[in-house]
Amino acid sequence: MGYFSDIYHGIGTLLTGMRVTGKYFINARKGAITQQYPDNRDTLQMFERFRGEVVMPHDENNEHSCTGCQKCELACPNGSIEIIWDRVIDPETGKKKKAIDQHIYHLGMCTQCGLCVDACPSDAIKWAQNFENSVYDRTQLTRILNKPGSKVRAGVEE
Amino acid sequence: MGTATLEPTSIKKGFKSEEYFINMGPQHPATHGVLRLLLTIDGEIIKKVDPDLGYIHRSIEKMCESNSYQQIVHLTDRLDYLSSHINNEAVCLCVENALELEVPERVKVIRTILGELTRIASHTLWWGVMGMDVGAFSSYFYGFRDREMINDIFEETCGARLTMNYNIPGGLMQDIHPNFVKRVKEFIPHFRSKLPEYDRLLTGNIIFQKRTKGVGVLSKEDAINFGASGPVARASGYSCDVRKYHPYSALDKINFTEALDTTGDSFARYKVRIAEMWESLAIIEQLIDNIPEGDHKVATNAVIKLPKGEFYQKVETARGEFGVYIISTGTKNPYRVKFRSPGLSNLSLLNHIAVGGKIGDLVATMATIDIVVPDIDR
Amino acid sequence: MNSISNMIDWFVSTGVLNMAMIALIYLTVFAVLGLFLVLLERKVAAWFQLRIGPNRVGYLGLFQTIADALKLVSKELTGTVKADKFLYNLAPYFVIVTSLMALAVFPFTRDLQAFDINIGVFFLVAISSIGVIGILLGGWSSNNKFALIGAMRSGVQTISYELSVGISLLTMVILTGSLQLSEIIEVQKSGWLIVQGHIPAIIAFMIYMIAGTAETNRAPFDMVEAESELGAGYHTEYSGMKFAYFFLAEFINMFIIAALATTVFFGGWLSPFGITDSLPWMGLFWFLAKTFVLVFLMMWFRWTFPRLRVDQLLTLEWKYLLPINLVNLVLMAVIVWLNLTIQI
Repeated sequence: MGYFSDIYHGIGTLLTGMRVTGKYFINARKGAITQQYPDNRDTLQMFERFRGEVVMPHDENNEHSCTGCQKCELACPNGSIEIIWDRVIDPETGKKKKAIDQHIYHLGMCTQCGLCVDACPSDAIKWAQNFENSVYDRTQLTRILNKPGSKVRAGVEE
Repeated sequence: MGTATLEPTSIKKGFKSEEYFINMGPQHPATHGVLRLLLTIDGEIIKKVDPDLGYIHRSIEKMCESNSYQQIVHLTDRLDYLSSHINNEAVCLCVENALELEVPERVKVIRTILGELTRIASHTLWWGVMGMDVGAFSSYFYGFRDREMINDIFEETCGARLTMNYNIPGGLMQDIHPNFVKRVKEFIPHFRSKLPEYDRLLTGNIIFQKRTKGVGVLSKEDAINFGASGPVARASGYSCDVRKYHPYSALDKINFTEALDTTGDSFARYKVRIAEMWESLAIIEQLIDNIPEGDHKVATNAVIKLPKGEFYQKVETARGEFGVYIISTGTKNPYRVKFRSPGLSNLSLLNHIAVGGKIGDLVATMATIDIVVPDIDR
Repeated sequence: MNSISNMIDWFVSTGVLNMAMIALIYLTVFAVLGLFLVLLERKVAAWFQLRIGPNRVGYLGLFQTIADALKLVSKELTGTVKADKFLYNLAPYFVIVTSLMALAVFPFTRDLQAFDINIGVFFLVAISSIGVIGILLGGWSSNNKFALIGAMRSGVQTISYELSVGISLLTMVILTGSLQLSEIIEVQKSGWLIVQGHIPAIIAFMIYMIAGTAETNRAPFDMVEAESELGAGYHTEYSGMKFAYFFLAEFINMFIIAALATTVFFGGWLSPFGITDSLPWMGLFWFLAKTFVLVFLMMWFRWTFPRLRVDQLLTLEWKYLLPINLVNLVLMAVIVWLNLTIQI
């Protein structure tokens, strides 16, 4: 009799499985978890901590708060940050002061580990939430974060 | 395993007339990545399995030698990418132990919660892929739906979905997001209602049971001899949960039972993982309501220098025992780092337990061993 | 000029032209039907799996598979160097031609039947077993071990399950006393055969659906393709239109299995309780409706169940389906002998 009870039991388990998928089929309209990505671009909101790419915020006077301390460059495991700096004479005090010329960020080498942003003492760099980072030419992945003609905000000290 | 034995011609030398050689991978749906299996087959029956590694070798251990201790952490994301949180935690614990640094209670609790969430995320993915490997496609999407909720929790708190790098030596990179507790509390009842569905769809299914019961049987002795760990070893009755025997972070204060089975076949490994998901939920429930207040990190030097010596820390990832072994000469870089990855030891079993089965059995066995190739091949 | 008009006369007088026209219509209709079935499968799969499914090409993605077909037509035909070129190229035609041939005998509605042969059921069983030769040839000639394993599995599977399909149909033929499909439908005017034959008919239907799913090489019996084991099985080395033939044939076969079940068990184009008897064209609707319900059932199987292992496949056939089927055949014979059928 085990033969027939096996068949009965087997068919029972199969029907149980079909009930699970059947339930989803009936509720297909509201249950769909698909994100229709390029269509929902306008409403798609990334989380505020999402690590897309490193950016350097500038204020309305075209000033940033990077002092050129190079802590981010040291913290980066991949060498994706390069800082070109020089000592310039501060017109007010007349002293020589470290200032960045270019804050170069190689997005192509970045692993989005977040150590540079964590290391920055003056919060000069932060994460942007954009995730559409693909480009046609690899040179476009090398970005200069400080805008041309920008300078360090007064009061931000090393 | 020398490379010479892996050349098809030398494998073919010892062939009986009815045997033939077949290359499974490095591009094959069942190898879950770039693992190459050199199979000796007689009809449908497996005679020998030779895993050939090296297709995704990135020399992470060597890279660690030129990185500082903070920088090592993010490389471990790229080992077993499904338990990246736990890998991160292992490195951080190892460095903290070496520095004799006591992290705040809050950090310990958060680390444990995130670790268990990682385990659930990994197991839900495994469940979906397991279903797909034995031919039930829908389970894949149901598994991913539940994993998606955990990934959202991770993304909101840690800023990334897979390679989190949230742990740093001394604590956490940021404090948890204000929504974290709320989201975890939403997830727990949701997942509690979905887990029985997993059972109805797959566990009870007669075809699934026929496919997995008595397939790839691993004895307890062999599990110990091959250095198996995690659900693979526990399904054979070898009680080896690092969380139980060498508790780390907040795990020493909570009650949970280690999921064990004795049969050691693929179905036992499947059941152990399902039981582990229930246990992980229970652990999270115990901790989520009483996350102590406090700092999210203790200050460390910007340049961490470990004292001279050798340090080892093991943790339980979703796949088994993950060990970090650091030799320090007192400089800012480690002299040598060795990762003991669970995947490699578990994979080494494959030839032992898959021989004699059919090709379908090999696929089911591989699915229940739950290999993640970048973990095997560092 | 004279010879050409003679030839045309000959074509018209012998009915060859008519046949060619009908064949062309069938070919077009069922190529479109095959494409539609592919779309349906993708949509149904998506609804089972919390997805939306194709929705970009055309309204609600209705032209998705047409776009796919165009892509496949325009693709390069690749093959392996050591393939047996002749057999390799021949194999897809075996598969597609047999499945299109089988469609000829179905009575879609009262007068819509291309070929009312008096051994219709036998013809279908015979034709469907030729299709497997194409699969075997394709797997063998493409000089790929995965394809060869797939083809061998296919041979084993089809030969075994042919028996169950045959015997479960034979069980119903006892009831009808005819192999002619139009005759079988006539008999069902006094109740669908699944009602007339009650218990043995229901058992025969279950066995037929299981074996029929196996005949079409669909999950949970997709040993032949078994993508997590063999990559793509017998058609691993096929591309472009040749692959499309295999693919289309699988879906048309699914339609055939469901259509045959509709004809033999569920009264074909007959409406339930004769509610639309006054409208003959409604027969087509009922036929397709019943068929698509069964097609949906097969899709439901596919997206729920895991795949069997090759030895379990044979165990199921030889230890379960075949003995039950034989007993069922005897039971049906006894029921017909004792006149225990239910006539409405």
